[in-house]
Amino acid sequence: MDVFLQTLVSGVLIGGIYALIGIGMTLIMGVMHIINLAHGQLMMVAMYITFVLYQYLGLDPYVSLFIAMPALFLLGAVIQKLFLNPLLKVDSILPENQVLMTVGIGMVLTEIVRIIFGSDYKSVTTSYSGSVMYLGDIAFNTPMVVAFGIALALTAGLFYFLLRTDLGKSVRATAQNKEAARLMGVNAERITVLTFGIGAGLVAAAGTLLLPIFYLFPDIGGHFTLKAFVITILGGLGSTVGAIFGGVVLGIAESFGATYLSMDLKDVVGMVIFLLVLIFLPGGLKRLTKI
Amino acid sequence: MLEVKNLNVSYGDVQVLWDVNFSVAEGEFVVLVGANGAGKSTMMKAVSSLVSPMSGEISFNGRRIDTLPAHSIIGLGLAHVPEGRQLFPEMTVKENLEMGALSPAAKLTRKETYQKALSLFPRLRERERQMAGTLSGGEQQMCAIARGLMARPKMMLFDEPSLGLSPVLTQEVFRLVQKIHEEGMTILMVEQNVKQTLGICDRAYVLENGRILMQGKGKDLLEDQKVKEAFLGI
Ligand SMILES: Nc1ncnc2c1ncn2[C@@H]1O[C@H](COP(=O)(O)OP(=O)(O)OP(=O)(O)O)[C@@H](O)[C@H]1O
Ligand SMILES: [Mg+2]
Repeated sequence: MDVFLQTLVSGVLIGGIYALIGIGMTLIMGVMHIINLAHGQLMMVAMYITFVLYQYLGLDPYVSLFIAMPALFLLGAVIQKLFLNPLLKVDSILPENQVLMTVGIGMVLTEIVRIIFGSDYKSVTTSYSGSVMYLGDIAFNTPMVVAFGIALALTAGLFYFLLRTDLGKSVRATAQNKEAARLMGVNAERITVLTFGIGAGLVAAAGTLLLPIFYLFPDIGGHFTLKAFVITILGGLGSTVGAIFGGVVLGIAESFGATYLSMDLKDVVGMVIFLLVLIFLPGGLKRLTKI
Repeated sequence: MLEVKNLNVSYGDVQVLWDVNFSVAEGEFVVLVGANGAGKSTMMKAVSSLVSPMSGEISFNGRRIDTLPAHSIIGLGLAHVPEGRQLFPEMTVKENLEMGALSPAAKLTRKETYQKALSLFPRLRERERQMAGTLSGGEQQMCAIARGLMARPKMMLFDEPSLGLSPVLTQEVFRLVQKIHEEGMTILMVEQNVKQTLGICDRAYVLENGRILMQGKGKDLLEDQKVKEAFLGI
């Protein structure tokens, strides 16, 4: 029973961070109607930024959040403005080709990082990396608890933005009916730039929070793009609430896979659930509200 | 107030509007009638800059607007209630209306305008928190009109507000449009309910295959033999 609870707890904790990854991808999908296949690579870039800040400036990863997130927001905004939006202006280019563009961007980011840092594994070990808190017999890895808390706060902040502010409502309006949003005075192009920035900023937070518990190497990006994709599909494409469910489900599934099957099979469990959902629940796990 | 000169619009290689000229004076209620596919909605979209013309000029209050991006039109005081409502389906009625008042000026008076809009559409008040996508067709049209009013525009474009509504609701919508007009709004409306709209408007234009065929006082056009044959089946 303890093992079961323990596994559940670790799954939920990591799931909260996965949710951040999925929400970013979902937002981008909701507004631009594309799958951002550079999502994990953006996260990887954020992880390297955090790594460099730690290695050379001794900056704590939690402090680096305040640098990595804005940096990735900017990178995302630039990608949307300079590489994706121009594609929409040429009639002969299909909108789907934006997705191909994101694949290319992902590759370029990976190779740039490989040139600078090489392919070897890096890691960040803080003084609190191994620290553990107990609640009864259940152990909570402290960095994971903090990371979960931050993920929760960021998600709440995002929801506040989307539901309560004019700008956030404009983002939702653009996702739901772009032409009508423009009639209301929404600069839809600026909204796409903002949305990609927010998506990239959120995945940057996830990367920074995960850094203390993952090894870092350039190809980790592709790995997480796949995860983000799985989460987004699990959550029912385009639903941010769904993405939270998707993230937590994937986290729990991987955690149980690692405990009860084998560490090597944890990704397989995620993929199996992914396939099952595609086959039996094509709408995704939940479609509470499309926000 | 609104002036359209020698307007030509095409989608790709297909030209849809040919040398269209028309104008709407301040305080006027002008109707644009025409068969399906005549180019009425394209006309409205050109005014709102949703489509950009090949050639020609559109000006509003003496200012050229065809070169402006679509999102800056509403701020000038020109609101477009589009064909098929085009609400934000997964936002509440209240949020939809708020989206109508994004410009700094409209934002200042948003609360009052909102109450005023609801008093014009009491049914919306009961459904403030309902998702717009779950409203009935008639309620959706009310919501779309109310959203347009939220911008506190000087002029409104209505594209087939009676689309898909029962005769009773159509009457109701026309009555509301008339009421809005009587309170001082300049109106350009596209309609297929030719007989009724020609009866309530000041002036009308007949659009056929992308060209303005005739224009005149609504009542005069109602008597016109060609209009009778083409639209009224007499
Ligand atoms: N986005 C578009 N791309 C290509 N052709 C279009 C587009 N929108 C409209 N058209 C074509 O332009 C012509 C005029 O369309 P428009 O929607 O302006 O007609 P309408 O008079 O509003 O018709 P209805 O009464 O059915 O609403 C039609 O032949 C239509 O097929
Ligand atoms: Mg039309």
